[in-house]
Amino acid sequence: MNIGPIWRAMMKSKAGFILIALQIAVTMTIMVNAFAIIQERANNAARASGLDETNTFALASTSFAEYDRENIKSLIDEDLALIRGLPGVINAVATNSFPLRQGGWSMGLQLEPGSQTTDSVGSAIYFVDEHGVDTFASNIIDGKNFTPNQVAWSIEDDDTWPADAIITEALGEDLFPDEEGSYVGKTFYVNDDDPVNVVGVIEKLQAPWPGWSGVEKSMLVPQRRVSEFQRYVVRSEPGYRDALMPQIEELLSKSNKDRIISAMTIMEEVRESAYLEDTALIKILAFIVGMLTIITGLGIVGLASFNVSRRTRQIGIRRALGATKPAIVSYFMLENFLISSIGVVVGGILSVALNIVMVENFSLEPLAWYVIPVAMLALWTVGQAAVAGPARKASNITPAIATRSS
Amino acid sequence: MFRYYLKLSMLSIRANPALSLLMVAAIAIGIGACMSIVTVRYVMSDNPLAHKNDVLYHVRLDNWNPDDPYDEPNEPPEQVTYLDSTALHQAGQAFRQTISFKSSRVIQPEGEDAKPFQEELRATTADFFTMFDVPFEFGSAWDAAADQSEERVVVLSSEMNQRLFGSEDSVGRMMTMNKELYRVVGVLADWMPVPKVYDLNNNPYEKPENIYTPFSLAVSGEWGSSGNNSCWKPTGGGYEAYLASECIWIQMWVELENASEKGAYLQFLDDYVEEQKTLGRFPRELNNRLDSPAEWLVYQEVVDDMVGVLLSLAVLFLVVCLLNTIGLLLAKVMRRSNDISLRRALGASKSALFSQYITEAGIIGIAGGVAGIGMTWLGLRGIENAFSGYDYISYLVTMDWTMVLVAVALAIVSALAAALYPTWRACSVSPATTLRIQ
Repeated sequence: MNIGPIWRAMMKSKAGFILIALQIAVTMTIMVNAFAIIQERANNAARASGLDETNTFALASTSFAEYDRENIKSLIDEDLALIRGLPGVINAVATNSFPLRQGGWSMGLQLEPGSQTTDSVGSAIYFVDEHGVDTFASNIIDGKNFTPNQVAWSIEDDDTWPADAIITEALGEDLFPDEEGSYVGKTFYVNDDDPVNVVGVIEKLQAPWPGWSGVEKSMLVPQRRVSEFQRYVVRSEPGYRDALMPQIEELLSKSNKDRIISAMTIMEEVRESAYLEDTALIKILAFIVGMLTIITGLGIVGLASFNVSRRTRQIGIRRALGATKPAIVSYFMLENFLISSIGVVVGGILSVALNIVMVENFSLEPLAWYVIPVAMLALWTVGQAAVAGPARKASNITPAIATRSS
Repeated sequence: MFRYYLKLSMLSIRANPALSLLMVAAIAIGIGACMSIVTVRYVMSDNPLAHKNDVLYHVRLDNWNPDDPYDEPNEPPEQVTYLDSTALHQAGQAFRQTISFKSSRVIQPEGEDAKPFQEELRATTADFFTMFDVPFEFGSAWDAAADQSEERVVVLSSEMNQRLFGSEDSVGRMMTMNKELYRVVGVLADWMPVPKVYDLNNNPYEKPENIYTPFSLAVSGEWGSSGNNSCWKPTGGGYEAYLASECIWIQMWVELENASEKGAYLQFLDDYVEEQKTLGRFPRELNNRLDSPAEWLVYQEVVDDMVGVLLSLAVLFLVVCLLNTIGLLLAKVMRRSNDISLRRALGASKSALFSQYITEAGIIGIAGGVAGIGMTWLGLRGIENAFSGYDYISYLVTMDWTMVLVAVALAIVSALAAALYPTWRACSVSPATTLRIQ
């Protein structure tokens, strides 16, 4: 099929075709930018937390009676002994927070002591005992776990920082960028000049804030906090979790009446609420893109139908002069392909432009290059699918029309 | 004449039902997408204290690290220390002043079977209620004396009153928190400031606390803050050391008698800080701020970035819908160029044709606008559904009359804008050309 006549015919009534091309271009702009956000959010939401999520749950205990510190310590010990002793429990730990919880403790770590240093590396802090590594399903890739005598209770009126820590590999890379070998045995400082010695490195344990850029940086600190409020994380053997949850709630409530057990949650729920905004946004954007494609498609159908009925007579004449049905169909298909091509080229430019504006104004990541050809392909397909119906209708126009006056 | 155009328009619209429906639907969907996001943004960026914007101020003092500002470029901390908040409250140099923080207690309802539960509360001072126009259903705030005397009094929200006392007037009754008895002095009527201007540090759209207690009482009981807390140097252990530290965890607001006193109060703050400097505190340069509610909402960036992204995409969506409508209207006009030629040849003026086609577009615009309100409603329900995990979402997806009117106006303006080019093309069809071909 020769493009020349089609092009010249289009030039006769430019406006309609320019409008369609523009519509395709703007549709593509939205599609590409929406897809870029969807992709970024979906990737975020798919990251592993490091926990054995399907078999882990958490709960909180708040005592409201007047206890002294020794009472509180023994209550925590009793609770943990009770939970760890239950069949089906792999391990349990009392901690201040856990990955995906969206609330926790962070500190700045520095390589040199003193208050003048400006370079510090942020890290999430998990206070745990020697059961932390196992409960968090952390894989120790270097060094070793805390020994029981490295773990100490926090002391009242004394905020001396524990001397040992287990860090994630990502934290090590950020903290010791020049270190080629092991991070074990290296020292860093917190609170200006409290030295901390790395005793172990774990593969992965996310910080509690999924939206934080340093989400892979966290450390385990061997300290048990004396407080009326305790957060327990329990890791069970596969299949035991759902039975253990009510069982533990009941046992703990019975063992001490002056407290409440709350925030009993499975990790799936914690993950869902941590990424709620992302999943909601993905849904909304996908819906927008879907609607848009339908509207643009229908617009093309409407316009093509119009063109067909407007050109009924000309099509009849062409048929009478010997044009085959497939020739008529391919005329409209090719015409649409030309318009779409102009649309997607302009759309490509607009997409990149909008993406640049968005990256500058809102904290978004720049577009991946391949999104543009994918969107082009998608819109070409939509255009061809939309024009197919009217084109087939056009090919069914009888040559006899040519003999009639309109 | 207008009625005649109306009749012609209806005929023309009915002549192509599918096409007319497509145009109305496109406008409606475009308006729906655009207006649902606009509505959410409108609610999110509302200032519930706009009427007090020139007398109410959030207080910031720069007690931060000498080497590093709290936030670039040289922003003082978002909250104040215990030392400063209590000293300034005590000084009472403003017409009204309040200091507060979020904490939590375990409530033990009466009755054998009633389960205790943990509840967030706000430890604050008596002026809080007057300053933020908090409405009371029963009783009132505690009097200023209770701010000093550490009296065990509480104010409950209507929700908490319903839960503990079944909605009756509970003023004078007692309730138990952490095994201690408190006397109810007031019950609030429904109160839902969106956003929660008085404390934007945590989630600005969550509900206000359900329980309010005197600040002094909370501190003497050594209650910790369950809100944000930042320190720039080690504090030393224990609650006493924490109170004496440079950690910021308290929100402070002042109300002035009139806007002209702002300068005087700022001067008072500067004098206070100068005095503290002689005691070795406040290592940074003088940098105290008073922000009105509107300024504070902007500074705290309560409107999420993603709303901006969605809004730009939704506006583009409307553009696509309009391009669609323009294309279809144009096609319609071109197809009727025979009629138009004929009418022109028979003496119809350009302005007559213009009026006729604009009427037709207007009808489509109004139909699209009305359907667009429905679409906006659907869109808001969709957003509510997608974010159903947030319990405050229902406050952000409500349309008021302003938004309804904006939706209709936007639809009509859009439809007319869309009609302009096709109508102009229709008017410029010359009387003879089309007739000649036929």
